[in-house]
Amino acid sequence: MPPDNLVEIRDLNFTYDNRPILTGINMTIPRGKVVAVMGSSGCGKTTTLRLIGGQLKPTSGEVKINGQVVHQLDADGLYGLRRRMGMLFQFGALFTDMSVFDNIAFQMREHTDLPETVIRDLVLMKLNAVGLRGAHDLMPAELSGGMARRVALARAVALDPMLIMYDEPFAGLDPISLAIIGDLIRKLNDALGASSIVVTHDVQESLKIVDYVYFVSAGKIVAEGSAEDIKDSKVPYVHQFVWGEADGPVPFHYPSRPYGEQLMERAARHG
Amino acid sequence: MDNGLTRSLRGLGQRVTSRIWRLGYASRFFLAILLGSGTALRRMHLTIREIYFTGVLSLIIILVSGLFVGMVLGLQGYDTLQRYGSTEALGVLVSLSLVRELGPVVAALLFASRAGSAITAEIGMMKATEQLSAMEMMAVDPIARVVAPRFWGGVISMPLLAALFSAMGIFGGYLVGVQLIGVDEGSFWSQMQASVDFREDILNGVIKSFVFGIIVSWVAVFEGYDAEPTAEGVSGATTRTVVTSSLAILAADFILTAFMFTGT
Repeated sequence: MPPDNLVEIRDLNFTYDNRPILTGINMTIPRGKVVAVMGSSGCGKTTTLRLIGGQLKPTSGEVKINGQVVHQLDADGLYGLRRRMGMLFQFGALFTDMSVFDNIAFQMREHTDLPETVIRDLVLMKLNAVGLRGAHDLMPAELSGGMARRVALARAVALDPMLIMYDEPFAGLDPISLAIIGDLIRKLNDALGASSIVVTHDVQESLKIVDYVYFVSAGKIVAEGSAEDIKDSKVPYVHQFVWGEADGPVPFHYPSRPYGEQLMERAARHG
Repeated sequence: MDNGLTRSLRGLGQRVTSRIWRLGYASRFFLAILLGSGTALRRMHLTIREIYFTGVLSLIIILVSGLFVGMVLGLQGYDTLQRYGSTEALGVLVSLSLVRELGPVVAALLFASRAGSAITAEIGMMKATEQLSAMEMMAVDPIARVVAPRFWGGVISMPLLAALFSAMGIFGGYLVGVQLIGVDEGSFWSQMQASVDFREDILNGVIKSFVFGIIVSWVAVFEGYDAEPTAEGVSGATTRTVVTSSLAILAADFILTAFMFTGT
């Protein structure tokens, strides 16, 4: 019987150039749930995704997916696991030399022996799910930002993955596209019976669709809970982040010497 | 002063070790390309597509340059040969210069500028826009799927382009020497046929262009794959491709020529 939790992260540490990026991370992604990892830019969210996907190896600790420890897998084992994972990159990362159709058909052609007629039906089905069946013969350069993100979403679920990872799926989108992508993330997760990890700093949109939230700051989990728990959180950093306050634990000013001292130094130099 | 000397020595050492480290990395990358070449050779349409982009689209620049180089050789060769009263040897001079040296070398330099830079920019941009990462996450090895077909496309295209460059150059020499200046057509072709040896001249030229093809393609795919994923990084990598592969072509040409043409 498969474990209840699809992803389990235990005591995960990751150091780059002797600089700690992630420290003591513990996370659990239950089957069928959408879990958000939130935090400001550079806090280690994307690094967490790369560690889950096996693109980076942890300094210590482990990431377990479906009972398998990711960093202990050999190349074939890792590629076998990745065939059951889908990932949406921040700006889509569509293959610019292929049409929308070929982008979605890419994994099917690489990993299956399905005949072209079946691939065609599957691709059109995926595109229909994201509302872009009519755009199948366009090139990525002809798509708007929101459309490109939807195509990338269709590509991420091309092989009906068990785990879907989203890296900043809401970045740079207009309000309409934002709502569409949020809605699709939830619907696709439920329709496919998959589990999803959404790395984002878009609080309002993601809190509408997720089941559980981990809040990361400076490489550590500072809060976790349901969307309601996060909204009501008294943790100063979470409060500042959720309510978008300009000053707080994350200061408005970049660290510097006192303003007066710096002004006086300039005045003294010019006599 | 000691500090300054120490600092500059340390800087020099650091530059040398970083170059050696990079060369080692490039060699391991070359090995990875060879190991990942199964896909490129099994699914030939991937490599044929790259032959089109690197080879066929370079045809215009190669053919036009070959024609002009041959025409200049015709003019210069005639001017020199007539001092010794042996203008009928113009065909030999033009063809040997092209087949042995100018064909492989100039075609490779043009190939590095036209196709090598394009390969680096394309792979570099794919890296900068996370397309290579996306491919990895789809359980597809980017070295096998993206790099190896481009490498083999370049290696296969190079000798063909060099041969076309030489053929076009000989035609240019014929146009100037025979049609324009009036050198005897019979001697032009018959002396060429009699003097150009297949193994000594043509085959050695083909070997040279094959080696240059490996050099340019290797440098181009490596620089693209290793580029900083920013606009500035890709631009720097593209420049490095042209500079490094041009210098490597000229150095390799000297070494190959020393081995090939100093015997009997």
